[in-house]
Amino acid sequence: MVGPGGGVPLENANPLIYRRSGERPVTAREEDDELPDSIDDREIFDLIRSINDPEHPLTLEELNVVEQVRVKVNDAESTVAVEFTPTIPHCSMATLIGLSIKVKLIRSLPERFKMDVHITPGTHASEHAVNKQLADKERVAAALENSHLLEVVNQCLSARS
Amino acid sequence: MAEGAEALAASVRDFVSGQQDGRAAELAAGLKDGSWTILQLVEALGFCLENTDPRTRGRGIQLLSQVLLECHSLLQEKEVLHLVLFYENRLQDHHLVIPSVLQGLRALSLCEVLAPGLAVSVLKAIFQEVHVQSLLQQDRYTVYSIITNFMASREEELKGLGADFTFGFIQVMDGEKDPRNLMVAFQIVRDLIVKNYALGPFVEELFEVTSCYFPIDFTPPPNDPHGIQREDLILSLRAVLASTPQFAEFLLPLLIEKMDSDLQSAKLDSLQTLTACCAIYGQKELQEFLPSLWSSLRREVFQTASEKVEAECLSALHALSACLSRSVLSSDAEDLLDSFLSSILQDCRHHLCEPDMKLVWPSAKLLQAAASASLRTYHRLTHSILPLLLEQYNKHSQSSQRRTILEMLLGFLELQQKWGRVEEDESALLSLQETICSVVFSALTDPNVQLQLVGIRALTVLGSLQGFLSPSDLELVVDHLVRLALHEEDSQSSEAAMEAAGSLAPVYPEVFSGRMVPRLGEELQSEREEEEEGSRDLRSLRQRCLQALAAVSTHTSIVRETVPVLLQHLRKVQKGSEAGNAQNVISACRSLHRVALQCQQDAEGCWYYHRAVVPCLLAMAVQAATQESSHPLVSKALLEEEVLTAMVPVISAATTHLSPELAAQSVSHVVPLFLDGEVSFLPQNSFPCSFQPFEDGECLEPQRRLVSLLMAFVCSLPRNVVIPQQERLLRELLALSCSCNCPFTATAASKCFAGLVNKHPAGQQLDEILQLAVNRMEPGLAEGPHRTQALTLLLWVTKALVLRYHPLSSHLTDKLLGLLSDTELGPTAADGFSLLMAESPDVLHKGCHADVRIMFRQRFFTDNVPKLVQGFHGAGADVKANYLKSLSHVLNHLPKPVLVTELPTPLLLEAPQIMSLHIDTLVTKFLSLTSSPTMAVRIAALRCAHALTSLPTTVLLPYKARVIRALAKPLDDKKRLVRKEAVAARGEWFLVGSPGR
Repeated sequence: MVGPGGGVPLENANPLIYRRSGERPVTAREEDDELPDSIDDREIFDLIRSINDPEHPLTLEELNVVEQVRVKVNDAESTVAVEFTPTIPHCSMATLIGLSIKVKLIRSLPERFKMDVHITPGTHASEHAVNKQLADKERVAAALENSHLLEVVNQCLSARS
Repeated sequence: MAEGAEALAASVRDFVSGQQDGRAAELAAGLKDGSWTILQLVEALGFCLENTDPRTRGRGIQLLSQVLLECHSLLQEKEVLHLVLFYENRLQDHHLVIPSVLQGLRALSLCEVLAPGLAVSVLKAIFQEVHVQSLLQQDRYTVYSIITNFMASREEELKGLGADFTFGFIQVMDGEKDPRNLMVAFQIVRDLIVKNYALGPFVEELFEVTSCYFPIDFTPPPNDPHGIQREDLILSLRAVLASTPQFAEFLLPLLIEKMDSDLQSAKLDSLQTLTACCAIYGQKELQEFLPSLWSSLRREVFQTASEKVEAECLSALHALSACLSRSVLSSDAEDLLDSFLSSILQDCRHHLCEPDMKLVWPSAKLLQAAASASLRTYHRLTHSILPLLLEQYNKHSQSSQRRTILEMLLGFLELQQKWGRVEEDESALLSLQETICSVVFSALTDPNVQLQLVGIRALTVLGSLQGFLSPSDLELVVDHLVRLALHEEDSQSSEAAMEAAGSLAPVYPEVFSGRMVPRLGEELQSEREEEEEGSRDLRSLRQRCLQALAAVSTHTSIVRETVPVLLQHLRKVQKGSEAGNAQNVISACRSLHRVALQCQQDAEGCWYYHRAVVPCLLAMAVQAATQESSHPLVSKALLEEEVLTAMVPVISAATTHLSPELAAQSVSHVVPLFLDGEVSFLPQNSFPCSFQPFEDGECLEPQRRLVSLLMAFVCSLPRNVVIPQQERLLRELLALSCSCNCPFTATAASKCFAGLVNKHPAGQQLDEILQLAVNRMEPGLAEGPHRTQALTLLLWVTKALVLRYHPLSSHLTDKLLGLLSDTELGPTAADGFSLLMAESPDVLHKGCHADVRIMFRQRFFTDNVPKLVQGFHGAGADVKANYLKSLSHVLNHLPKPVLVTELPTPLLLEAPQIMSLHIDTLVTKFLSLTSSPTMAVRIAALRCAHALTSLPTTVLLPYKARVIRALAKPLDDKKRLVRKEAVAARGEWFLVGSPGR
């Protein structure tokens, strides 16, 4: 896995920016102590939409890297599938973005969930290689042992001040 | 009409062919409002009921059944008859149709107009045509419901079926696996048995079809949609198995087998079921199995490491023995109880003779479990065991072994208490009376403290057995108790002896007041003659005497003996000139206080105590206060602060429980004493000078200190007692509190004033006196030599008013808040918040009848914390600490749940060094609150856990792993809003001490 190099010119210096969706409105049902709320697509999307892009001062949502329609969750079966779309087909940050999404989900979802993070089919040159890395648990763990990489991931996950 | 028929036909078609389920409800509604009849509906259905496709037929019957479930109460008897015949016939139809047919029959089983004989015919048809266990779970459930409905409404008819019904049901439930259905099926079996349906030759089959589930092995599915727990099934099955003695011959072998199981749960279930069975079994059922039951129980108790198993074994043995004791014998039958107890004795007795072996206690417990079952078992067992234990006690000389034996003996003696009076003829106890007493007395003189303690407990039990101890024994008992209480070196034994005296004194008041009290009195006296100055032994002996006098005062007649002794002692001390006098007075006051608490509940004793003690204490204090300061004869010890403080609870406890009439009588003496120097009611009323505590004058300072005693009395009175000259008293107190140089006196006056104001009825008088107080306080607070006194008064008056929700309280609280920025008084004012929120020991609490509203703390919190926070932000650095300190006092006394939801996080985080000190507590508390049942609390707790991350990393790191682990759970909270907070908090904690934060 590769991190972003310092001082290297940006690969996609002028990306298209999309509108952010607003805060999810709180419903009366959600405020009722008794009724359970199941984990739905929007809830997962809310977890990852504010992840920062490693290159731009923008969120993955603003870059349209993640979209709610590409998030699929099944609470009963404890599965989550997220597809993300790199801004350009040769984006070298694809692995890092996928890793950030994966780490965010690991930290935020109950242990019972099995999660699958992969590139939207046909949107990246080395789609299979990236998907394979993201699916390999040991590689993900090893990547997070690398303090430089962890630093970048944490920056992506830090709340924007 | 034609239109109606068309609409009907259309709806039916929509339902059957169009698969529109909603039509069923419309059709039912039409039937209810009379648009069509059931006959018309059936006719309209005709085409599909006769259809060759089973799916279409099924759909048609489903519609009819759904309508019937809605409308069964509207049906006529004749309609029901035809429908029943139709449905019975349909039971032979294709298997796809059967679920709907059963629904229809269920609807019909609810009809009240069902003609006689139809219930039986429906059940017969089901038994004959339907193979229930090949149906789906909910269809099986329908069958059970039909049976339950008929059993509830047609009991007599079903009983007419005889054992066929039982047999039919056995076939229905045979092989059932679903817990929901089992709960119903077990209930049906239980009803069959309890309501006396004929079981005929099928008892064993019925047993088999239910007992095959024993012991229950069931774990509810993880998200448990049905709410059936393992325990529900266990209890439900146990109710069946233990419902009839007819099952005994099959059940008992099963239980014996399962007691040997490796699974602890199976063991426990078997034992509990056995205990339940004993409630209805008799000798006949148990006879054959007693030897194996006993050997299983014995084996478990001897071998098990589990306390639960042991406890269940013992209660099963208890139940068995009780069952055998209860059974009525026919004239020729052998008494099984006798042989059963013999085998218990045979197997346990010899273990008791070896007090070093580990089977001693299991054996003793088994014997005691059996002995506690009935008076007969008790006599039979103790007859053999008590002599053995006594013999063993004398055989062994080591204290530790003797202690074990005596503890076992004690266990048997305690059981005797259960039966009350010792029966003359049968009891083994009476014949052994002499030996038992000598054994217990020997334990009391043993140097081993542990043995002494068991001996004292045994003594208490023996004493509580009426008629057991002879008068001469009793005297010996008292002598032993006095010796142990006063002279035994070990304080444990001494205290135990005092407690024993306290619990035996109400049983034998004459012996204790005649023999113990004089002895204690003499000891208190005699020491004076051979006194060596300051001797330590002597002082501790005196202490013990005082404690023992208090401990034994548990009966009114004894109180009348001990109180004069204690007062006499006080007077002597007052006249003495010893150095340790103050301590002596305090010890005596503690004893007097304990006596007061013990006789409060008895109206007569309480009044006696009040009249004896209060005037005497006041007289002694007045004597000391009016003495010339140089007078050598009278000790000034009585005027020391801590002595007066020790007298306060005595007077208070003597007053709180008085009836209003008697209290009024007393108040008419005490108030004039303080206001006008009326000393005539005091027992010794010639004093060197007049008593005028409220007058001006330097030399009156000692007299003013006694205001604390006035406070103890007047603030403890019931609320409806009228205090004479109350206004004048209040004014005097107010003046004293603001002008007195002595802090002790000023505080006492403030508290007394506050205590009275709290109980003062609302109205103009109260408003005036409060206005007066404010007018005096304000200039006092502003400047002058008495600022501290004014602050004390402000604090106590505020407290008095906050407690009763008085409108002026907010004005006073604001004044207090204002003082927090005062450099001189600020720290004291901040500490005052603790005084406002805490319960004070002597005045203004519920026990002394103060007006305390519920939730005054919460109210104070919501009213004032915002102001404190605001004040904190606006305050200069030198006084910021005062605000934080007051805030912490308020929070400290607030109930936890309120605290957490309201915790003003940002303010606390501005004091990171303080927070860091308590991080351990905070983390623990917040994490435990994340599983609170209330969503709002969980959210607040998670926000607090989140907020902690702004503390320095070095403080947080030790907790990081723990917090992250604990926060994994709320990630799966059922509420989305909680999960959101958990995600935020956990995410921040991951970043703690991690690169890139």
